Amino acid sequence: MVRVSLEDLYKEVILDHYRTPRNKGRLDPHDVLLERNNPLCGDEIELFLKFEGDDLQGISFDGKGCSISLASTSMMTEKVQGLSLEDARQVTESIKRMMAGEEEGDMNELGDLVSLKGVVKYPVRIKCALLGWNTLLEGLEEGKPAST
Amino acid sequence: MTFDAAVVRKDFPIFETETRGKRLVYLDSANTSQKPRQVLDRITQFYETENANVHRAVYELSEKATAAYEGARAACARFIGAPAPRSVVFTRGTTESINLIRFTWARQNVREGDEILITEMEHHSNLIPWQLFVQETGSILRHLPIDDDGRLRTDLLEEYVTEKTKLVSLSLMSNVLGTINPVRTIADAAHAVGAKVLVDAAQAAPHLRFDVNDLDADFLAYSSHKMCGPTGAGVLWGREELLEEMPPFHGGGEMIREVWADRATWNEIPYKFEAGTPNLAQAVGMGAAVDYLEGLGMEAVREHELELTRYALERLESIGATIYGPRELHDRGGVVSFNVEGVHPHDMSTIVDQEGVCIRAGHHCAQPLMRRLGVPATARASFYIYNTPEDVDVLIEAVEKSKGWFA
Ligand SMILES: Cc1ncc(COP(=O)(O)O)c(C=O)c1O
Repeated sequence: MVRVSLEDLYKEVILDHYRTPRNKGRLDPHDVLLERNNPLCGDEIELFLKFEGDDLQGISFDGKGCSISLASTSMMTEKVQGLSLEDARQVTESIKRMMAGEEEGDMNELGDLVSLKGVVKYPVRIKCALLGWNTLLEGLEEGKPAST
Repeated sequence: MTFDAAVVRKDFPIFETETRGKRLVYLDSANTSQKPRQVLDRITQFYETENANVHRAVYELSEKATAAYEGARAACARFIGAPAPRSVVFTRGTTESINLIRFTWARQNVREGDEILITEMEHHSNLIPWQLFVQETGSILRHLPIDDDGRLRTDLLEEYVTEKTKLVSLSLMSNVLGTINPVRTIADAAHAVGAKVLVDAAQAAPHLRFDVNDLDADFLAYSSHKMCGPTGAGVLWGREELLEEMPPFHGGGEMIREVWADRATWNEIPYKFEAGTPNLAQAVGMGAAVDYLEGLGMEAVREHELELTRYALERLESIGATIYGPRELHDRGGVVSFNVEGVHPHDMSTIVDQEGVCIRAGHHCAQPLMRRLGVPATARASFYIYNTPEDVDVLIEAVEKSKGWFA
């Protein structure tokens, strides 16, 4: 278990994504637009998704919130853009398990997202970190389920 | 004649603990207060030497328990200037007290087309019960606006208090803005049209001396846990003649007089509203909290908090924080909501927590008020008898630090 100090957690990756969010702003055209908020703190996001067959071709977000919710959402968009819906769903589930403390999370797989692990130590902030991901899961439901 | 907060602090065992390895700077008493040894000991003493059910048994131990419970009721009545202990109903807290009125007095007296007036600054616990009520009954919920300084627009009373108004329900002190509301002025307007007045004193009771007669309230609610007492206890005070007329709230043991297979008659007040075994030890603890606060003197409590609030406002302004609520202290309690440019309150709260500082961040159970203020959330520091100017200094330093991170 890596020991992440709050300082490191904020300073490196999270502050970077907070200050320079990736994929921020409307995505047009889009197939799905979801607005969700975190009732605990009033954080709000809008998530735009564009599907292409079984793939998540485009993703962007807009919103207001704390550094953790915005940075987490920003990292999420980078991570899942271009993935198949199924892969995007799997990454999301894996992040949720990591945040629930059920899974270590593969450093090589996760890249920047590993910084979110530090949030596990601050249980009240986990909701902030998962706002974008939970919204994504809902959005993926609206995409075509991978046919089998 | 104020007291030494550093000495008062020693009454509170929690301050012997540390948080994140630092001295505990607890600035969230508007949320719930810490508990002094005197209250904790009283609760233990009840369980160790007086515990039995009340009003139901004839043996001595039960008499002791009943005396303790009724003694607490008398203290809670005296604390708010209530004419008689029998006008004080023990509840689980302010929320339950307000809901009690919703399910009893309001059901009996508020009809379709009638109006209930609350204000734009109410806590959800004085908003949601009325939203639900008007949905059920076809009555109408109105909100008296606030001005940009966070004071009620009493200049609009004529427009908002009309012949249709049956109930005006408002807080004596805001948990977000700290505003102390001119309840008497509003009660006068309400009574002029025959409406009743319910006062949410959850924030006022811990900090201010007031009297139900001076306020000219009809009902008043407050909670134990915000005023040095345990969780699970609270009070609904009501004018006796109103309580007498009201139907019961919960049904069960203790609230009845005579019971047949298909009907029953009700116990006298306040027992008519206390179905089931009450939270005995908690009520006794609440009584002890009243004794503790009265020992310090509520005037001294207010004076102490004024000093801290003055100092905190000054220091927060000096670091460029945006402050919500009135700036003059005469109608403001020790609750300071603020924001610092570029730092989300949640981030601030997490960062200052590293320095041992507990502040609240979020919407403070007042989402409509947040919308009115035009912010998704604020940080909030609230002061009580055990806080010192040093606590404010630690807060300011910690807030500066959080600013540094996001600069
Ligand atoms: C103004 C106000 N009213 C009502 C309440 C609800 O009190 P309780 O949670 O004790 O029922 C609170 C508590 O935060 C409050 O601040």
